[in-house]
Amino acid sequence: MTRFVLTRLAQSLVALAILSVVVFVLARATGDPLHLILPMSATEEDYANARRYLGLDRSYPEQYVTFVARAVTGDFGTSLRARRPVSELIAARLPNSLKLGAFAMGVSLLLAFPLGVMAAVHKGTVVDRAAQVIAVLGQSLPTFWVAIVLIEVVAGRLQWLPAGGVDGITSYILPGFTLGWFVVAGMMRLLRSGMLEVLDSEYVKLARVKGVVEARVVWLHALKNALIPVVTFAGIYFSILVTTAIVVETVFAWPGLGRLAYEAITSRDFPVIQAVVLTTAAIVAVVNLSVDCVYGFIDPRIRYAR
Amino acid sequence: MSPPPEIQAGVVADVLSAPAPDSRVRRRGLSLPIVPLAIVVTFVVVAALAPLISPGDPYEQSLRSRFTPPVWDERGTWKHVLGTDRLGRDLLSRIVWGSRVSLAAGVLTVLLATVVGAAIGLVAGYYGGRVDAALMRMTDATMSFPVVLLALILAVTVGPSFVNVVVAIAVILWARYARVVRGQVLSLMTLDFIVQARLAGASAWRIITRHLLPNTLNTVVVLLTLQIGYVIIVEASLSFLGAGIPPPMPAWGTMIAEGREFVTSAWWVSFFPGLAILLVVLAFNLLGDWLRDTLDPKLRQL
Repeated sequence: MTRFVLTRLAQSLVALAILSVVVFVLARATGDPLHLILPMSATEEDYANARRYLGLDRSYPEQYVTFVARAVTGDFGTSLRARRPVSELIAARLPNSLKLGAFAMGVSLLLAFPLGVMAAVHKGTVVDRAAQVIAVLGQSLPTFWVAIVLIEVVAGRLQWLPAGGVDGITSYILPGFTLGWFVVAGMMRLLRSGMLEVLDSEYVKLARVKGVVEARVVWLHALKNALIPVVTFAGIYFSILVTTAIVVETVFAWPGLGRLAYEAITSRDFPVIQAVVLTTAAIVAVVNLSVDCVYGFIDPRIRYAR
Repeated sequence: MSPPPEIQAGVVADVLSAPAPDSRVRRRGLSLPIVPLAIVVTFVVVAALAPLISPGDPYEQSLRSRFTPPVWDERGTWKHVLGTDRLGRDLLSRIVWGSRVSLAAGVLTVLLATVVGAAIGLVAGYYGGRVDAALMRMTDATMSFPVVLLALILAVTVGPSFVNVVVAIAVILWARYARVVRGQVLSLMTLDFIVQARLAGASAWRIITRHLLPNTLNTVVVLLTLQIGYVIIVEASLSFLGAGIPPPMPAWGTMIAEGREFVTSAWWVSFFPGLAILLVVLAFNLLGDWLRDTLDPKLRQL
């Protein structure tokens, strides 16, 4: 198991290293970053000074090493727009994103589990139909559009909930649901098909024959194995959640990393984009690593197979 | 012409290893999904014939008629059936032209991702061993990377464009195809017809293109259809964020973004492009579900 975790950890680090190279190369491939920083009136001498000051006069490998060494300690340079250290901006925004993500994930799990299991147990009934409609709609509705419609109807016309910003628990509801919607649909679908397969298996039949209470059969014996595909896809769902979060935070004026990314694109603030991309990728890597560990834990076959 | 023996063998293997047929799936599988099919065909026709059927010029601005509501509103006119936007551009025309962008982005991205992914999956599954291990590591790493982040970097460095959107999404999406195709190839490799082809001295290229590829086509087609909807949504989200199709080109995501500030006074500007996305994506998803149930019931989890 330790070996398995270590291999996975090494792989994540390699993936992050590759990404840092991509970011580094792209930042330099598209022209002199000084054009963005210095004013139009800057002279040749100003450029030379700035180049020396920022370390841009050194060779690319040298620059890359400095870039990584700084990034590891959390130093991503200064934002071109806010004129503040990027790390400060990230530190201010990250907790908000994490809170919203946790809320959305909680909502998704609370909805997806009962729905997915019930849809499989009562296959072909109204519950199943409803679950399938939710699943298909969830994968077909554009999130940002849902967000706009919700804001206009629930926050605007009905005035039930705040339209944006962070202001108490009620402000979590709209963005949280919008964010969790897609995940609910996908997870429920996986659970349903997983449950259908497992409920048909020999060991579940045996449990029933032995006289185990039905609820116990479903929620304990069957669900445990139906969870495996859900865990497999958990990493993918998390990266979809991150993607969706950028959109949702933008629409709901949520002061998180996603909105920071959006603001940075619109003002072409490269240091910030770079930092947001690397921070997010690191979080995704950590989540994937934990998913793999959980996976190896619940399904011993994985540990030995790789 | 009867199908070549390897395809028959593949079908037999599929039937043997498929889970017990589920009567409801069977029944659904026999009837064509008329509504989704009709929606997809309609949008494809609209996109193809946009210059002919568009009621007006999607770029023509008219500040006097800005924010004209749809025709059923008191202030609406037949000249702008779905109303106009902030610059007085006809929404229906923009949606008609926008269907070209969305469908083209969806189809091109998925095709690109399929070709790359299937090729990698075939190679990994055929050669196995170290080649397989290395390629699958790469696949895993790619699969867990959020598409939007890559598109953001591209948008800021190279500038947002149609090509960048297609590339950014395809660069991530191929991994899913590679995974699924490789899985199929692994199970095909143990079947008699492949073993015999190798004994007969067939080259790797021949086995991959003539024996393995045809037997994975069903799966690839199912995945392709299921992913078009997803890609259309991702493209629209990127355009919405300003990292996708740049204005003034009419793209549905961009149009929603443009109407966002005015939802309260002019809801139609954001509403109709969103509805168009919903319809197309829903239709593709339902079609994909149907194809999957019909062609390849083993893929139920996707």
